[in-house]
Amino acid sequence: MLDTIIYVLNIAIPLAFLVPFALFAVYFERKVSAFMQDRLGPNRVGPRGYFQTIADILKLLQKEDITPAEVDKPLYNVAPILVFMGSYAAFAAIPFTSIYIGSNIDLGILYIVAVSSFVVAAILMAGWASNNKYTLLGAMRSAAQMISYEIPTVIVIISMIIIAGTMNLFTLSELQTSSIYNWMIFGGPDMGWKKFALLPLSVIGFMIMYISTLAEVNRTPFDIPEAESELVSGYHTEYSGIKFAMFFLAEYANMFAVSIVVVSIFFGGYQSPFGYLGNTLGLSWFVPAEQFFWFTVKGIFFVFVQMWLRWTLPRLRVDQLMTMCWKYLIPISLVNLVVIALIMVL
Amino acid sequence: MKEYFKNIYLALYTIAVGMKITFRHLFIPAVTIQYPEEKVVLPERVRNRLYVNMDDCIGCDQCARACPVDCITIETVKALPTEDLGKTSQGKKKALWVTQFDIDFAKCCYCQLCVFPCPTECIKMTDIYEFADIRRSNLIYNFSTLTNEESEEKKANLARFEAEKAAAKATPPPKAE
Repeated sequence: MLDTIIYVLNIAIPLAFLVPFALFAVYFERKVSAFMQDRLGPNRVGPRGYFQTIADILKLLQKEDITPAEVDKPLYNVAPILVFMGSYAAFAAIPFTSIYIGSNIDLGILYIVAVSSFVVAAILMAGWASNNKYTLLGAMRSAAQMISYEIPTVIVIISMIIIAGTMNLFTLSELQTSSIYNWMIFGGPDMGWKKFALLPLSVIGFMIMYISTLAEVNRTPFDIPEAESELVSGYHTEYSGIKFAMFFLAEYANMFAVSIVVVSIFFGGYQSPFGYLGNTLGLSWFVPAEQFFWFTVKGIFFVFVQMWLRWTLPRLRVDQLMTMCWKYLIPISLVNLVVIALIMVL
Repeated sequence: MKEYFKNIYLALYTIAVGMKITFRHLFIPAVTIQYPEEKVVLPERVRNRLYVNMDDCIGCDQCARACPVDCITIETVKALPTEDLGKTSQGKKKALWVTQFDIDFAKCCYCQLCVFPCPTECIKMTDIYEFADIRRSNLIYNFSTLTNEESEEKKANLARFEAEKAAAKATPPPKAE
């Protein structure tokens, strides 16, 4: 009985974090995009428009749940749940603080890569079941893109695993503790010539991983699966109401998930860039709160960079997208992997 | 091979330039004008809803004839010789009761052609532009200052006067000689 309660709590904690985060992120994205275009953004619902997304979600919940007549009903109905499930499952292996991790498994990163590629299947399911040419095109593009960009992501992850020697995100975060230059982006926690040799390679690895994760979550400039000007809104064209909200929630959960994976691998996860106030004051219970703060701040920063890129770069063409992946990211990451491996062997 | 590295360099460089620009725009104040609360200052000679100053109108019908879309309807009744309608602000004598002066803003094209011929400058363009309505009939503005009863009375007065005059004409007055 107690076990069941713990399981349920374990499942519920990331959700309790994610839903408010998604509400905030939608508001944040609209504000960021507005400010970047010299507009004001939502400012009518509540002070400065803080309650805009709450009003939006209430509207979406009230809407009629439309199931078009010609759709493949079971697949159509299950797809939004699976999309969200795929992105939500990734949070199981992500350490939120030093005291909370959904499941402290040793294959953490591998598990995350595996479950997040499950999203591809769910998106393809949504696109196919909708019985609409735009959704199908969007879903196919999405599948092609996500499968291609999984390769450089995984290669970079492998090279970072070679440096760190662990796939467990909790251990990986603990390795990068105490100060900013222990972060993997600065060559990892070991001092010596290896650290300085690894530093530029880590930076290259970070850039490749950031670009390819951007493509995996279908954000601009890689948003051809949802290209509004060509495909209406891609694979979720036919969805409305609560199911559309599920896709939206999944998209923002995914954005945060990939950001936090990048943070965990390169930027010390939940670790503070300098010491902890709780340690200085002798308040040990305050440390996890600080860690949670840094976790959120780092995650939101990279989500912000995703938004920043979205309002900077135009959308890639399909051939440019594939060129970028197969001709640039994969060769560079492979060379990067080999060089890192050589340095670590020496 | 040189091309390859040049491409990578260009991509990174141009992305950095673009991101710098968008980041700078984060701190540039918005250009939005929050319409119902703030309004744009209109140019001096804007053409919006017409206004007719009935104190000055002499009922000459020139505006109605100038109107290319016939949105102005004017009906006048001659004043009796005994009645004094006063003068316009420019000193012109008024000789007609303007019993009806309607402008249909659903038709009006805001060309300002009615404004120029007006001898007393009583019809003019204002800067009021928020008068949208859900019924076309509500867009017909009545400028006449006379009530319907008054109009009827004026018409009756004139008819009576004409009748009396006609009667007087039919029976010529006895010669003084």
